[in-house]
Amino acid sequence: MNQMLSRRSLLQAAGALVVSFTLVPRGAEAKSVAADEVDAFLAIDTQGLVTVYSGKVDLGTGVRTALTQIAAEELDVPLARVTVIEGDTALTPDQGPTYGSLSIQNGGMQIRRAAATARAALLRLAATRLGVPEADLLTADGAVRPRAGGEGIGYGALIGAGGFALKLDKDAPAKSPASYRVVGTSVARLDIPDKVTGRFTFMQDVRVEGMVHARVVRPPALGATLLEVDEASVQAIPGMIKVVRVGNFLAVVAESEWGAIRAARALKARWSDWDGLPEQARLWEHVRATKVVKDDVTSNVGDAPAALAAGAKRLAATYDFPIHTHGSIGPSCAVAELRDGQLTVWTASQMTHALRKQIAAMLGMKSDDVRCIYVEGAGCYGRNGHEDAAGDAALLARETGRPVRVQWSRADEHGWDPKGPPTLIDLAGALDADGSVTAWQSNFFIPQGAAGNVPLVAAELAGLAHETAMAPGNIIQNSALPYAFPAIRTVCHRLETTPFRPSWIRTPGRMQNTYANECFLDELAAAAGADPIALRRRYLKDPRGLELIERLVALSRWQPRPSPAGGQTGAVQRGRGVSYVKYELVRTYIGAVAEVEVDRASGTIHVARVFVAHDCGQIINPDGLRNQIEGNVIQTVSRVLKEELTFDRSAVTSLDWASYPILTFPEAPEVVIDLIDRPAEKPWGAGEPSAAVIPAAISNAVFDATGVRLRSVPYTPARVKAALGTI
Amino acid sequence: MASTLALHVNGREVEIHADDPDMPLLYALRDELGLHGPRFGCGLGQCGACTVHVDGKPVRACVTPLSALSAGQSVLTLEGLGTPERPHKIQQAFIDEQAVQCGYCINGMIMQSAALLETQPSPSESDIRAALAHNLCRCGTHQRIIRAVARAART
Repeated sequence: MNQMLSRRSLLQAAGALVVSFTLVPRGAEAKSVAADEVDAFLAIDTQGLVTVYSGKVDLGTGVRTALTQIAAEELDVPLARVTVIEGDTALTPDQGPTYGSLSIQNGGMQIRRAAATARAALLRLAATRLGVPEADLLTADGAVRPRAGGEGIGYGALIGAGGFALKLDKDAPAKSPASYRVVGTSVARLDIPDKVTGRFTFMQDVRVEGMVHARVVRPPALGATLLEVDEASVQAIPGMIKVVRVGNFLAVVAESEWGAIRAARALKARWSDWDGLPEQARLWEHVRATKVVKDDVTSNVGDAPAALAAGAKRLAATYDFPIHTHGSIGPSCAVAELRDGQLTVWTASQMTHALRKQIAAMLGMKSDDVRCIYVEGAGCYGRNGHEDAAGDAALLARETGRPVRVQWSRADEHGWDPKGPPTLIDLAGALDADGSVTAWQSNFFIPQGAAGNVPLVAAELAGLAHETAMAPGNIIQNSALPYAFPAIRTVCHRLETTPFRPSWIRTPGRMQNTYANECFLDELAAAAGADPIALRRRYLKDPRGLELIERLVALSRWQPRPSPAGGQTGAVQRGRGVSYVKYELVRTYIGAVAEVEVDRASGTIHVARVFVAHDCGQIINPDGLRNQIEGNVIQTVSRVLKEELTFDRSAVTSLDWASYPILTFPEAPEVVIDLIDRPAEKPWGAGEPSAAVIPAAISNAVFDATGVRLRSVPYTPARVKAALGTI
Repeated sequence: MASTLALHVNGREVEIHADDPDMPLLYALRDELGLHGPRFGCGLGQCGACTVHVDGKPVRACVTPLSALSAGQSVLTLEGLGTPERPHKIQQAFIDEQAVQCGYCINGMIMQSAALLETQPSPSESDIRAALAHNLCRCGTHQRIIRAVARAART
């Protein structure tokens, strides 16, 4: 059937929300999704209501509200007249995956340009219609009006039901930030009223007519082969539909969700043994022994080895950062339906356009016959299991002929979502006799690969087409320094493999690399007897960075002195630590000061307060930005104090929240923020950058409190006690 | 064995039909009644995303089998607490404090703190932290959630 699904509405049916569609003919009437066309990004109907089509999606960050503000501002329409549709491959342009803190910086600016182009076109249309020069007209409140006053024409009447049929015009006049009314204000999040009352439809709430429920049954060992399945073991379960087996992909499908859960638990299957994982206790030896396939030299200034050798005082240290899981509170979920050769997948994927191609490749379909529709899930903080659940659902829709909902269990999520890879960093530095830094040398041991498509678990297990390259994210970023030392050499040794399927978790690489850099700089400061901020200022040549440091000093009431503080004799020792970065050395500036309390007897670190100074240029929504920064800080405190994936030789063993604990309410720090707003500058990303500075700020504060340097995340009480015992 | 259980859910009498008395309440609420408030987070009673009130007390619906309930008991979910048009004071406080990031855990935060305020109308900050100690938030919205509960207590 030569039709495509173009619109969905939510219907109340049988007490449950069911997603349904309007079918419209494919072809000339299909909506543009070309990323260089205005009509791909926005439409104005005859009533003047604006629909914005965004390839970037709201992953629970509030970006839908911010994008609404950007479009409403640039078009001069009231906020309430703007609706944003996100991540639907049939309707929204491909603006790239929602990662890397680029939704405002790139995605929002494309929307701003589309809106500016549209506004210019509306002015031209009105000038013709009214027979007056464009210069005599202005836009306001969804209409073009004569500057001199009098009747205007609403956008709906100007553009009618037609589109703009224009390319994005980079020269279209953008509004002056000085005239902004909506951008730069803390507009309340559009989704919150529904989210606090149970009216919001998360991915996990999507129901499709005729839908059945599936659970995947994963191998007990990552590389195990399925030898035998006893289908009779689940036949008696009410509503059981079928056991699906494709290679090593195994799943059960039932009429009810509980039936599927029972079947997944009861299904008897025999798997081969597999023990290809390294021994966890020797993880860092394993990483160091992994074959290096290439070296990325990310900075090279002067002759670092020679300067190091000539140093009056030389320091060397090794830092490590463990494997982390995303830990979404809602395990991944997807629904797929295959009808008349057209596959529709409802998914919380951060990259529906890329996912569509992956699923098409897996199933041997044309991309045009696959539509992925974004529905917000639980926060994912990177590439978690959402895409994999979509792959599961797509394969199961094909195998059952029914719409299928796949809900991952907690153990599926903790055990099978892709992981942030382990990171090992060796550093060396030198000081001359007067305490100047004369050399810096660092070696990062991190997996090869960049951002890209992470292979789908279903495709791997089923032996269907999938990518073979690793995609851990652009993890060499921030291995180079924001400081002007006379001799620097920073090298990323890219490893052939890493123990678990890698992907990006919030601030991938930038967090680990900044951690090592900013801790080791603190080591040099201590060795030089210098105040940690004074040393940073000395080598920071960027005026905007220096201004940020000034603001951080004032915010945190920083008292200049070298670390450690010393002279503390009580059971609890207190300290403060600083950390700074310019994200990827090209955008958002962040500095943090952490205040910690270390209980020597228990080994517990309490991060009491974190001060953050933040400069991401133009701020779209200050409260939304604060919310993101607070989240970055608290989530990273959790990662640094508590989190570490555990595994045996066969599989992940930290399969729930007891074995992979995260920060709890009694432990959550206060977060104090100073936002530096620069309305005339470009808006840069904020979803990740402030997380980058948190690990080092904590480690440096612990050193300030105790005189002991922690170099191995997480800082669990056992590790802290062991470290304190070594004084 | 199929069974039927009559409950009051959000003030409405409903009959839950289940072919397994061990089925947790969560699936009855979500799949039979189509409610979105209570959420599946872990199925282990560890995260609190599924929290509802049974006869006024907070319970983890994901580990509460139907067989543990008896006919006529009252279940209150996030939907029963208030609506976007007429929010409960705690829901309003979460809106006022913008105390949501992804919002997946928020059902549990609101239901747990609603129960707290029933028994302890003026909790201190550390009371609030302690009451929510077994509710997990991954986005790091803790400070806003604490402020929202404190605000609701003042209202």
